[in-house]
Amino acid sequence: MTDVAKRTDTVTLTIDGVEVTAEKGELLIRVAERMGTAIPRFCDHPLLAPAGACRQCLVEVEGQRKPVASCTQTVAEGMVVKTQLSSPVAAKAQAGVMELLLINHPLDCPTCDKGGECPLQNQAMSTGRADSRFHEHKREYEKPIHISSQVLLDRERCVLCQRCTRFSEEIAGDKFIDLMDRSSGEQINVYRDDFFGGAGTGDGQVGEGEGDVAFNSYFSGNTIQICPVGALTGEQYRFRARPFDLVSSPTACEHCAAGCSMRADHRRGKVLRRLAGDDPAVNEEWNCDKGRWGFRYTTATDRLTTPLVRDSGTGQLREASWSEALLAAAEGLRAARERGVGVLTGGRLTVEDAYAYAKFARVVLGTNDIDFRARPVRASGSPAEVAEEAEFLAAAVAGISEVTYAEVEDAPSALIVGLEPEEECPILFLRLRKAHNRKKLKVTAVAPYLSRGFEKLGATLVPAVPGDEARLLGTDPAVAAALSTPGSLLLVGERLATVPGGLSAAAALAARTGARLAWVPRRAGDRGALDAGCLPNLLPGGRPVGDPAARAELSISWSVDAGVLPSKLGRDVDAIIAAAADGTLGGLLVGAVDPGDLADPVLAEQALDAVPFLVSLELRKSAVTERADVVLPIAPAVEKSGTYMDWEGRLRSFGTVLRGSTAMTDGRVLEAIAALLEVTLNTGDVQAVRRELGAMPASTARSESPSVAAGARTEPGEREAVLATWHQLIDLGTLLDGDAVLAGTARPPVVRLGKELAEQLRVADGDLITVRSDRGSVTLPAAITDLPRQVVWLPTNSPGSTVRRSLGVTAGAVVRLSAGLPGPILAEGVDR
Amino acid sequence: MTRPRPEVLQKLTPVLTKRWLSPDAWQIGVYERLDGYQAVRKALDVHPDDLIQLIKDSGLRGRGGAGFPTGLKWGFIPQGDGKPHYLVINADEGEPGTCKDLPLMTYDPHSLVEGAIIASYAIRASRAFIYIRGEAVHAARRLRNAVKEAYAAGYLGENILGSGFDLDLVVHSGAGAYICGEETALLDSLEGFRGQPRLRPPFPAIAGLYASPTVVNNVGTIASVPYIVLGGADWWKSMGTEKSAGPMIYSLSGRVVNPGQYECGLGITLRELIELAGGMQPGHNLKFWTPGGSSTPLLTAEHIDTAMDFEGVAAAGSILGTTAMQIFSDQDCPVYNTWRWLEFYHHESCGKCTPCREGNYWMVRTYRRILAGQGTYADLDTLQDTADNIFGRSFCGLGDGAATPVISTLKWFRDDYLGYIEGRTAPRLSEKSLVGAH
Repeated sequence: MTDVAKRTDTVTLTIDGVEVTAEKGELLIRVAERMGTAIPRFCDHPLLAPAGACRQCLVEVEGQRKPVASCTQTVAEGMVVKTQLSSPVAAKAQAGVMELLLINHPLDCPTCDKGGECPLQNQAMSTGRADSRFHEHKREYEKPIHISSQVLLDRERCVLCQRCTRFSEEIAGDKFIDLMDRSSGEQINVYRDDFFGGAGTGDGQVGEGEGDVAFNSYFSGNTIQICPVGALTGEQYRFRARPFDLVSSPTACEHCAAGCSMRADHRRGKVLRRLAGDDPAVNEEWNCDKGRWGFRYTTATDRLTTPLVRDSGTGQLREASWSEALLAAAEGLRAARERGVGVLTGGRLTVEDAYAYAKFARVVLGTNDIDFRARPVRASGSPAEVAEEAEFLAAAVAGISEVTYAEVEDAPSALIVGLEPEEECPILFLRLRKAHNRKKLKVTAVAPYLSRGFEKLGATLVPAVPGDEARLLGTDPAVAAALSTPGSLLLVGERLATVPGGLSAAAALAARTGARLAWVPRRAGDRGALDAGCLPNLLPGGRPVGDPAARAELSISWSVDAGVLPSKLGRDVDAIIAAAADGTLGGLLVGAVDPGDLADPVLAEQALDAVPFLVSLELRKSAVTERADVVLPIAPAVEKSGTYMDWEGRLRSFGTVLRGSTAMTDGRVLEAIAALLEVTLNTGDVQAVRRELGAMPASTARSESPSVAAGARTEPGEREAVLATWHQLIDLGTLLDGDAVLAGTARPPVVRLGKELAEQLRVADGDLITVRSDRGSVTLPAAITDLPRQVVWLPTNSPGSTVRRSLGVTAGAVVRLSAGLPGPILAEGVDR
Repeated sequence: MTRPRPEVLQKLTPVLTKRWLSPDAWQIGVYERLDGYQAVRKALDVHPDDLIQLIKDSGLRGRGGAGFPTGLKWGFIPQGDGKPHYLVINADEGEPGTCKDLPLMTYDPHSLVEGAIIASYAIRASRAFIYIRGEAVHAARRLRNAVKEAYAAGYLGENILGSGFDLDLVVHSGAGAYICGEETALLDSLEGFRGQPRLRPPFPAIAGLYASPTVVNNVGTIASVPYIVLGGADWWKSMGTEKSAGPMIYSLSGRVVNPGQYECGLGITLRELIELAGGMQPGHNLKFWTPGGSSTPLLTAEHIDTAMDFEGVAAAGSILGTTAMQIFSDQDCPVYNTWRWLEFYHHESCGKCTPCREGNYWMVRTYRRILAGQGTYADLDTLQDTADNIFGRSFCGLGDGAATPVISTLKWFRDDYLGYIEGRTAPRLSEKSLVGAH
């Protein structure tokens, strides 16, 4: 039956005398490629709509008067095609187009970054002429021009295939670049005042004219990767290396939970560039600029390479040998574990390293005080409310992999809450956009406003005042309607955790509507840490801490006596910080956490100061290392192998890119400490950890979803507003700092507020506004946005807006507003 | 000047041009007195499908150059598909030598408006656009005035003449790009985008303006419709030939005594048209000519008796095109003229595809070199080869049009090229412009 159905969808045609079967609607160029016939091409790209612009792929089709562009021609039954291999007409047409492309090309291959991996260079060898028949000057352009702080354009190299503009428009939705002018003067460019006769610098550079709009797309790096010539280059890589001197290693991206496959190109122990890997199931062939360019943190000058211990005499950190440092850590922890040691792991760990922490906490430290959530979690309220997220993760996320990219693409409708996909999971955003554009996916956003990303998804907004999402998920008819079609998705971001009852409402909504739920965290290690057991209520494999059977199962796996594994529910991140601050805890083991990411950075730093013994496993000097008693340097992703688990629950394993490194994984360091404490942790070898995890029986225990009621609505007073906030993709994150070029493409930080509030404050777009809490203030230019009345939005961690550190609050809090710069405290409340 | 013989004069069939010499025929009152807006009354009384059949029966073929049967094109529009339909009138007349639509819109704009109403009614469009060339300010002014008058008189707007048919007609001025005369580039431009040809399929009849079924017709085509409605298909077919029915406006320019528009039945010969135009200018002998604008292969004096209809010109190896006949004499240089045309095509290439963008740019430079007396024999092979690499390899017809005069002149007038190369002809261009060329 299926065979018959299949056959009607195929056609049979002849290419170069060979009969071939192809799917209906398939393009000739692809069918030929499957047969092993490479037709030269420039504008064609399998993930972009056919353009037929470069005319390089001309072939002869019987019955057609003119040669046909094989990148736009779909197959038909009985079609007889001759490529350059069997048709002199096709061969001549291709040679002709190649000649025309090469006449104006500078042929500066020896100095061009693309030389050695250049489709034009390669195809010129196969299809081009050896010398030119034209004598006049080639067209010249000012070179290079910055079309953003990252991307440079050499227009004379450009063959105008328009892959970059088509990518930007079709895939990313960022039409910052386009064709300008026409005929031989046609060029790719961004909008510039001086180009259109306005004021500007006149030197071809962007950014000087008042109306200039740079190529500030989060996905701009992809245009460099798909450029078939050296016209687009990246500031970071330009003139740094030759492709044939580089070693390419496949790897996975360590930034967000999207799980991109990547390729790292390195030379003499240093990564020179990173490219999007080809993985149709996940990132297709794209990645975001953060993933592509955010790798310089591993070579930062403050990178830790030697262990440090605090000298008992001077009280200062000093370099120490590994044996001394490990012994100091072991002895310190041995003493501290009497009173209890808390473990904070952050979201950057591989599954294997997270598992090492989870095992270390239970077996060595005998505690469940472990939490990977380096971010605000629900901190106040009844115990049930505080535990809401942990219980939700245990019930609805850990060990579950239901929603995948493929399902996002095929879903009829998706409701998104607590998540801005473009900022927080850019590749998920691209897939949502593809589904929206090609398969009519309906996107509904429960958010304070339609961000640029949501606009590009054609999303319908269910306007939400931060804190009110739980009520909307429970009662709003638009929310229920969005999930009424079978196969609908409910995508929940990690930010929903701070909303009382939010995750309970999401789980209930999914159960009520039959929609499949996916939890999308922000960091690459979050989901893996959850499944590896870095939570106070969960053991590895999603086993509940309180379940004796689950503990017994794990005891067997870990070969420890029954009763060794602690049964008491652990403290969450906020409780660990609080316990450390008030002196309850005897020690803290911190792996790669930036206190600035926690709900209250000031309190967190007080806790780090107060705790009697602090061990820090870190890559670079940080607020934690400077307070630590023992600092143990660990390997960045590029110098180790491991596995990330993306938001889908898909494992993204990668091997060591830079093999020469002697840096150790967290798991190996923890194993060494454990050994000094007479415990065999067996986490030093990634393969061993994988074997151990693989041999562990699947957990059957599953706890109930929490059922916390929605909180009451916050009613801000006069000149007050409820704070909405989330991270921008490119911000002050520790893996990005110091990279000015990448920071140049960040979205400018602004305060967003509604028209009514702006009128109350008598401010216009661009005027400064000060947002204030009891802790401090943030002052940024205003951007009047269609927000609910009395909601104000700030970027969480961007230049000039470090919400947690400066204000000490997070989304849902009430903040005070005033126009202009923060005045003296006495002036507050006075009408200015 | 010689007066045309009576039997040749009788070949003039003023139909579309009949009001051009009537004073103030561009005003609605005058137009109505001269049979204006009679056809629309008649058309709105019949079923739209019958109108499409009538146009099919008349054998009307597109006047924009390709000669596609108009009734057939209208019939491609899917009916009852729930989508809006659009009529788009291509008034972006920009082909070198072509001058038939602009005088029509200047002197008889209401005939186009009336044709637009009937055509829209036939294809069930309630919105029609006239995309007029930006430089044609005067014609656009007349046309806008005509549309305004038609609205005021109830020929446009809601419930036209009580028929229940609604139509809005928009006159849109382009920005002066030749490529926007290509129908899909025109649609892109009309939608507010950069004017570049679209990939086909889908064809405009299925997904044209705003991805809806769209008929794109030339001004002359639509302006013919009211006459066919009034006179009937048989009367229309009484002019022209069997396969090329009806009258056609021939625009004669160049070395004739009275350049201008001569409307005759399709199938008339150049010899007769030159006679109508008062003969060749004194001292000039016909050397070469374009049958339908510079994009159509050139013909020579030996083709003077070719029947100027779609089939006749095709048999002579060219295309009827827009019947823009530029007449050149033995005092004109085909090489120089080709260079001038190429400069035009180079300037107007949209830049989308490689052959047209690059080929024209580099051919222009080769021509400049030849005309400056610095050409080589190899340049002729390069030109021939490059033109072959453009013709039929470009994305749209603009590239074909650009390569055509090169191929034609190399075919007919190779010796004129050799004259420059061998130093027999004085250079036409200064060498100064070529400093550094080698």
